[in-house]
Amino acid sequence: MSTLILLAATGLGLAALYFLVASGLSLIFGLMDVLNFAHGAFVAVGGYAAWTVADHVAGTLGLGLALIAAIAGGAALAALTELFVIRPLYARPLDQVLATVGLGLAIPALLQAIWGADPRTWTLPGWLAGTVNLLGAHVPTVRFLLIAAALALLGGLRLLLSRTRAGLVVRAGVENREMVAALGIDVHRAFTGVFALGGAAAGLAGLLDGLYQGSMSPGDGTALLIFAFVVVVLGRMGSLTGTAVASAAVGLVQQFANYLSPNLGDESVVILLAAVLLLRRRDLKGRPA
Amino acid sequence: MRRTLAALLALALLYAIPYSTIRLPGVFDGPLDSPGVLQLLAVCLVFAGLALSYDLLFGHTGIMSFGHGLFVTGGMYVTTILVNHAGYSLLISALAGLGVGLGAAIVLGAVALRVDGIGFAMVTLAFGQAVSLLVVSGSPGLTGGEQGQTLNAAAVPAALSGIRNTANLYWLALAYLALCAALLWWLTTSVPGRMMRAVKENQQRVEVLGLNPYLFKLLAFVVAGVLATGGGVVYLLLLGGATPTVSGSDFTLGLLVMVVLGGAGRRWGVVAGGVLYAYADQSLTRLSGSSSVAALPGLLRGPLQQPLFLLGVSFVAVVFFLPGGLATLPARLRTSTMPIRRMAITRRHRVTSGPVTGKRQEEVAPRG
Repeated sequence: MSTLILLAATGLGLAALYFLVASGLSLIFGLMDVLNFAHGAFVAVGGYAAWTVADHVAGTLGLGLALIAAIAGGAALAALTELFVIRPLYARPLDQVLATVGLGLAIPALLQAIWGADPRTWTLPGWLAGTVNLLGAHVPTVRFLLIAAALALLGGLRLLLSRTRAGLVVRAGVENREMVAALGIDVHRAFTGVFALGGAAAGLAGLLDGLYQGSMSPGDGTALLIFAFVVVVLGRMGSLTGTAVASAAVGLVQQFANYLSPNLGDESVVILLAAVLLLRRRDLKGRPA
Repeated sequence: MRRTLAALLALALLYAIPYSTIRLPGVFDGPLDSPGVLQLLAVCLVFAGLALSYDLLFGHTGIMSFGHGLFVTGGMYVTTILVNHAGYSLLISALAGLGVGLGAAIVLGAVALRVDGIGFAMVTLAFGQAVSLLVVSGSPGLTGGEQGQTLNAAAVPAALSGIRNTANLYWLALAYLALCAALLWWLTTSVPGRMMRAVKENQQRVEVLGLNPYLFKLLAFVVAGVLATGGGVVYLLLLGGATPTVSGSDFTLGLLVMVVLGGAGRRWGVVAGGVLYAYADQSLTRLSGSSSVAALPGLLRGPLQQPLFLLGVSFVAVVFFLPGGLATLPARLRTSTMPIRRMAITRRHRVTSGPVTGKRQEEVAPRG
């Protein structure tokens, strides 16, 4: 029983990470039809920005500042990417994807040049380092932090999308971008905003991934990105609830299958993606193909 | 005719390199016939061949696969495993590897091509990732895990092993590139090849003509897959062992970078892109240890020691400023020195066919 709870908590922690990365990816694709291969780089930059801050300021205060650094770092990089790389290429959709591929290769390499290829270790403040006794299972406290962050993001995004004017523009843009532009609304501002928002969530994921694993290296963001792609596709591009459900499903399936046999989880998730794409006769946004 | 002559001339020049003792200081460390330089050139040629095979998919047929590396991995690992663990001869193992590559290409292609565009890219990415996981951590006893596995030296013919025989390996790599080039250039001018191009330009029109685009895409996928498998076998012989780097997503993205860098759908451009990428990838690592780079201040030195950083940045730059890749460079230079003729042609073009894109102008100008 305690193993079951531990596996479920670990799986949900992983799911929280996936959701942080995939929600931005999904909104960006839904709104702009850009499959953002640079998203893993946003994760890595957020993680390293946070690590650098936490390296200088110790304890809980350091972690708080690291949190701000991660979010700001990811958001700034994403906004710059949209303004200077994605925006000039709107007439050439394929080149947009290719440019993000180039960034996705270059930025982790740059991080490696600055911080080195060796993993950087995170030291948790005392109140986070322990475990919580949940029905007899000793679940590391960090897992709850991850889950809380993902739930907060889900709630925040839902409120933003359903209750604000900006959210309305984004939702309308996902449905029909041209129509929103035709109504005289500056859709490009929504693009930059969504990119920055996705980047902020990705940066946060970079910090939490570091806390979750205890260490991080420049390629971690890219490794996370592949599973985030799986989540985005399973949850239908552009749908927030779908992404949340798919994150939970992928995280749990992966953990439980890995418990049965190492690597079975990773393999099963990847195969699941192929199967779903092939069997679901709909396009990535869930419209009939 | 002129194109064939140019190709034969290039082939003859490349064939003669191991007989030459010319030194190119700054480009290569030693004379052209030294083993180190020949090894580096051989890897460049293999990558050029792999880039050509990828271009059949991306540049010619217009389908973006993120799983091309799995065929290279397949050729490499099936051959190594059969030689090392089953004791078959190298030739039999390599042929078996090609057979597996062919089977895998037919099955995976038939399945993955049921979806289009980004969906296809995702499915192939998933397949590639599955193979990568299998190779790196599936059964380390068989594949050697992250370390890879050295090919049993006793099974390699004497003519292909040892530093002194690097020239033979170089010629093997050249033969692979020549085979890829000849086969693909023949295929792209044949009727099925032209149908592949038609699928890229306008898939719906192909359907309206009563033809099945699926079959032509599958043909392209299978040919490209088998060629990449062969490339994996040649690369295996060059390295003397199998390495899991070819299974990673960076490797497949590298193929995409080569093709786009050189110029998708342009034969010489793609070959140049593959050679340049492989050269940069290998030499930048070597260069980073050299004294001239070590003398630079730390801020500059760090990024210069990362080949992927330079390649990624130059890739973005090409996408931005040189759509069409390096292959369009000569034509661009020519048009920029003839501003008046270019304007005249642009104006005439505008009259005949309405608004034209910037790209179209570039293509029209040099011919006129």
